[in-house]
Amino acid sequence: MAPEPGIEELLPRNTLKTRVPQETVERVTRPAPSRYRNEIAKYLVHRSQDCRLCGKCLELCPWQVHVRKPGYRYFGEPRHHLCIGPACKKTGHDCVTHCPQKALQIRENPMYPLLGDFRWSSDLILATWKMAETGEAPPPAYDYNYECGNSGGGFDRLRFKFPERPPVVLREDEIDTSLLLNKRDDGRPKLRIDVPWYGGGMSFGSVSNVTQLSKARAAVAFNTFTCTGEGGYMERMRPYDDHVITQVATGLFGVREETIQRVPIIEFKYAQGAKPGLGGHLLGDKNTVSVAKMREAVLGISLFSPFPFHSVYSIEDHAKHIEWLKHVNRRALISTKVSTPTDVDMVAVGSYSAGSHIVHLDGGYGGTGAAPDIAKKNIAMPIEYAIGKVHRFLTDEGVRDKLTLIASGGIRSAYDVAKAIALGADGVVIGTAELVALGCVRCSRCESGRGCPRGIATTDPELCRKMELDWAAQRLINLYSAWHKLLVSILQRLGLRRVSELRGRTDLMMHLDYSNDVAKTS
Amino acid sequence: MPEKYHLKTRPVPPRGPRLGKHGVVDWREDCARCHNCVKKACVYDRYRQEAEYIRNLSQVEALFFDCMGCFSCVQDCTKGLLCLSLNPVYEALGNSYWKPDIIKTTWLQAETAKIPVSGAGYRGPFSGPGFDSMWTDMSEIVRPTRDGIHGREYISTVVDLGRKPPFLAFDGRRLAAELPPLVSLPMPLILDLSSPAHTLPQLDAVLEQTAAMTDLIAIFDARRQPASEEHLRHIAFYLAPDSPPVPPAVLRKTRLVEIADSPALAQRLKAIKAIHPDIVASVRVELTPTGLPRALELAGWPEVEVLHLVADANGNEIGAQPPRFLKDMLRQVHTALVEKGIRDEITIMAGGGIALPEHLAKAIICGADLVTINLPLLIALECRLCESCEPGQPCPARLETLDPDFAVGRMTNLIAAWHDQLIEVMGAMGMREVRRLRGDVGRAMFFEQLEEETFGKLYGTRTRH
Repeated sequence: MAPEPGIEELLPRNTLKTRVPQETVERVTRPAPSRYRNEIAKYLVHRSQDCRLCGKCLELCPWQVHVRKPGYRYFGEPRHHLCIGPACKKTGHDCVTHCPQKALQIRENPMYPLLGDFRWSSDLILATWKMAETGEAPPPAYDYNYECGNSGGGFDRLRFKFPERPPVVLREDEIDTSLLLNKRDDGRPKLRIDVPWYGGGMSFGSVSNVTQLSKARAAVAFNTFTCTGEGGYMERMRPYDDHVITQVATGLFGVREETIQRVPIIEFKYAQGAKPGLGGHLLGDKNTVSVAKMREAVLGISLFSPFPFHSVYSIEDHAKHIEWLKHVNRRALISTKVSTPTDVDMVAVGSYSAGSHIVHLDGGYGGTGAAPDIAKKNIAMPIEYAIGKVHRFLTDEGVRDKLTLIASGGIRSAYDVAKAIALGADGVVIGTAELVALGCVRCSRCESGRGCPRGIATTDPELCRKMELDWAAQRLINLYSAWHKLLVSILQRLGLRRVSELRGRTDLMMHLDYSNDVAKTS
Repeated sequence: MPEKYHLKTRPVPPRGPRLGKHGVVDWREDCARCHNCVKKACVYDRYRQEAEYIRNLSQVEALFFDCMGCFSCVQDCTKGLLCLSLNPVYEALGNSYWKPDIIKTTWLQAETAKIPVSGAGYRGPFSGPGFDSMWTDMSEIVRPTRDGIHGREYISTVVDLGRKPPFLAFDGRRLAAELPPLVSLPMPLILDLSSPAHTLPQLDAVLEQTAAMTDLIAIFDARRQPASEEHLRHIAFYLAPDSPPVPPAVLRKTRLVEIADSPALAQRLKAIKAIHPDIVASVRVELTPTGLPRALELAGWPEVEVLHLVADANGNEIGAQPPRFLKDMLRQVHTALVEKGIRDEITIMAGGGIALPEHLAKAIICGADLVTINLPLLIALECRLCESCEPGQPCPARLETLDPDFAVGRMTNLIAAWHDQLIEVMGAMGMREVRRLRGDVGRAMFFEQLEEETFGKLYGTRTRH
């Protein structure tokens, strides 16, 4: 992002002095294959001893499943994850049927259903991995359903009503996916991001510094933002200052005036969707030497971010908080992150009146940190309900166009981005999807012991080495790129020139559990 | 500040192998002996532990130990020899209501007394039947209309059982009439009778001791003898229609009694009150299609101080097709009593289908004062609801040979974990009194209502039920 005009006047003198040159990152997709030897596949290809090594399968398969290295006589282990399965029979490239010795078999991988859960289905995880590897949506032949999961409600039952022909024929390059974050005319910078999403707050402590830095690089590449979470501001994040949101949460871990002054957006975190009303909790095992130093805390003890801000018991108190931050950083936009209580609409309007530029609603399906199971499942309403409720109330109050409404906690794909916007959000925050792109299998062990066994949500020095920064950043850039293309395609099929035109267009969707016979518009 | 309700807990490991959800299938015969074995690198050291376990135990299920399902070994093995599978024994746990994850989480709490915690957000279905079709509220930026968020030490989970007068009358500076007896419990929970299928004589002493340890009350079949007289304060005798009378000397040492609803109810209540006027009398009403009207009728009897409404083990109406669920029946009773203007006069206990701590909070929101449980306590002892509790059939949980120390420890741990989770939920709501949560549906959000407000208005009539 180019510095806005007049940044020298806006930035405090001490921040200008300590400001470091900002990194640039190319928005280029490159192959970033899995870092694991055996990719988890939907289908398994079995070659029996009857194989006569004729190579017919090698010639037939357009997906490069079969492997025979140059100079070798025997086949290597098939690339199972590239096989499209029984669907291949319709294509004429079916190796099973055409094998002269009938030596090949394809069957569903018994492990496949174990991957994922109701929210993140196996198909969604594999499709996200493919996007992170290639920068493209998986070819239709793979038949991955990445438009929704299997939760049985909310986003998973909503579908877009794509017309046979779009009402307006648009080229891809005519479609604008950018999002204006400051809709108030208050003299603060009119920040605009190129895609209607930014990276969610994951503190150093809950995730590794490689994860944080890779998110920052992807944010730079797509001219959007990433968020530090509430764990302090790593010095290594400084070359990405212009694309960083720093979080001020109740524990105030690592929050200093100097860090607040570095960034274009400051986020007040009142609650997290995964543990609404309970505050944050970093278990002692994850409070390693580096985390303790960053958070200015004692090594190995559990760290609590209490709920709520004990200095905020009303919207007026909230306004004072915002004034404080606006005073400390005169160029920053203020985001207020809240979860989804029954009066979330009132909270949103209150935050607007207190001076927030962004209200960020966080639902319960996300989160890397430790959260009580009882809280995740039961406390506060699903994000799908909250978006519409807040959108309608802000509209009725006449302030909808002065506030940016962001939704998070359950955004898994470009389709979810579009559905959230169609329900009434301006944009979304993503987090889990990025972790899945980095190889997360959602084993939900991010919180305990040494942390994530995949090296993503951990600060254990040995586990952190499982992931290279360049690889991780490329995976995220690829994911963003695939999502961007998918979002453009959705808008193109709907005949919408700008993503902002999709906001609140519930009439462009249908719900599979309803009669869909009510003619409604936004 | 009143004394905090604090239960002494300690880790009580299971007697059998821990059952994991996943197991690793190891095709050893094709191993390349590459010396890069991923098993050494298992973050959880499960392979070493599993080997030790198998050496010590002969049970096959030990093979499916406590794999965390991270796929790391599966994906890194040089030859791709490892395969993750769903543990078939895990899948067979429980039934359609008491699902394997409920059994597993109950075991975990009974072992550790800790609140189950995990990462990566909520993984389950969007909503579901019964208690899964409601969410509890939370207080965001606290407003003056709410209690305010207090430290957890200020949250009270005390409930009073008994009849409360609608108002107090004074004669000068003194109360004009005597107050009816009340029983205070430190948390809204009572240990209920085991179902006939799960009634084991050896459980009696365990339940008595657990009730004493947790300062709660266990309902005890009067046809059997309590193990110890010193625990009578924590016992409420249940008088079935054919129960012999409890000896007056024994009855006078108890605080609560439960009587089955029967034609002789009025006489039995009178007889008991004649022996022990300060005892609180509860009437057990089964939630059959006639149960609700009967409960409403009994609520008007001045001698009935507590109504114990019992659904079947899955929380469903008994003998109805289709059955109503406990939560809906509780809302109905509560609302009817509010409309009659007598809700505050009577205490309602709800039982059947209370499987998780969230059900405790949700039942109270729907109108119960407190809940009763039996199956979760049995599951705490490693029961897996295999329903093979016939004489001569082997019990996988070996309940026929219970060590009281183990059993009381596990049950106490479970109750402590439930108490902590009730406090978590109340803390999120900004509530500091569980008594104020009763019937406060404003602290909850219901699926049907949210769906109608959000999608019904946009997309017409709901076609999937």
